[in-house]
Amino acid sequence: MSTGLVFAHAGAVLFVLGLAGGLVLGHLLRRILALNVMGSGAFLVLVGLAQSDGQPDPVPQAMVLTGIVVAVAATALALGLARAFHARTGRTRLDGGEE
Amino acid sequence: MPELLDGLLAAALLGSAWASLATRDLTRAVVMFIVFGLLMALAWARLQAPDIAIAEAAIGAGLTGALLLDALGALGLRRGAAPRDEGGPRGEP
Amino acid sequence: MRGAARLLVATLGLALAAALTRAIGELPAERPSQAVDLRPQVVAHLDQTGVSHPVTAVLLDYRGYDTLLEVAVLALALIALLVLAGARDARLCAPAGSPLLVSLARGLVPVVVLTGGYLLWAGAHRPGGAFQAAAVLAAGAVLLQLAGLMPAWASPGRWLRLGLMLGFGVFLGVAYGLLGRGALLDYPPQWAGALILLIETGLTLSLGLTLAGLFLFLTERRGRP
Repeated sequence: MSTGLVFAHAGAVLFVLGLAGGLVLGHLLRRILALNVMGSGAFLVLVGLAQSDGQPDPVPQAMVLTGIVVAVAATALALGLARAFHARTGRTRLDGGEE
Repeated sequence: MPELLDGLLAAALLGSAWASLATRDLTRAVVMFIVFGLLMALAWARLQAPDIAIAEAAIGAGLTGALLLDALGALGLRRGAAPRDEGGPRGEP
Repeated sequence: MRGAARLLVATLGLALAAALTRAIGELPAERPSQAVDLRPQVVAHLDQTGVSHPVTAVLLDYRGYDTLLEVAVLALALIALLVLAGARDARLCAPAGSPLLVSLARGLVPVVVLTGGYLLWAGAHRPGGAFQAAAVLAAGAVLLQLAGLMPAWASPGRWLRLGLMLGFGVFLGVAYGLLGRGALLDYPPQWAGALILLIETGLTLSLGLTLAGLFLFLTERRGRP
């Protein structure tokens, strides 16, 4: 199996892991982590599948590069929202339960 | 040999991602996520994508890690700090 | 109830993971002849882009449109964050970092700035470019703040606003100036290299400030009792 395919497989599993984590976990910080894991999985699938023959492909690489920068901006915005929510309500979960 | 390295790296990626989502202690979860970011940088290097590897090392491990640790302090959940809200994670004093 | 929901998500997740990995595994080893492979096209037109590194060519020439909008998305994220953070004290004092951290920051930050400049210049012909340079510079700013050598940011003043928007402005200006050529961001081949370097320089500055701002505008008011 080529390097691209190995990481495409890992990316698919990471995506599902992040998706399930985002659904199951209640703590806001944990959900943001899950979202990031999901994004990284999608990036790995995008580049890994395109490079399944072992040759680098600049087009998905450039897309993932922009994706990483947008992901950190989204993470910062999500953290800002979580902090504002915590400052107003004192809670760290949306459903109000205990973790 | 390269296959073994790829397999180990993929397994470490899955393990660190699982740990960052499943461990009870939030500080440990964030640290595991930073580890995950660094492993992602290695994976990009293996995928012959040095551009992404540089960005991931600086952003995924560096900036995101700083943001998350800072948020941990703001949410009153940093280890050692008195939790500000009553609903702290289990296992915390 | 909660346990049942978790079990359901775990089961569905396992099924989805199995289906996805199976689908990837069943892809043919050889690319079908009608599959889209952009690599030969990227290489074929590389000499018209003014840069010799394919990733930079894709980012700023072939798909410059995507990058332009991405910079706009980043600016929007920062503006949203500023709205959330609200009005803050004009002067936020940074904590005094440990002596080790301070000397590390003092020694490392010049190297970080040098690395950022190198990455910007190298992007034209080898791995590197505006995004990596900006990320490295922003990491340097975060290090300075953590060491207590730079205060966190309150609401941005005039110069900071200008710096934050300069990259997007230059990019948009170049795109507007070239609209007469028919397509968006269709550089004249003899000017392409210089225009890309101009855009990348603006982007490095603005993206560096934006990425640093994501941390510096958000971080706690330290040093307060």
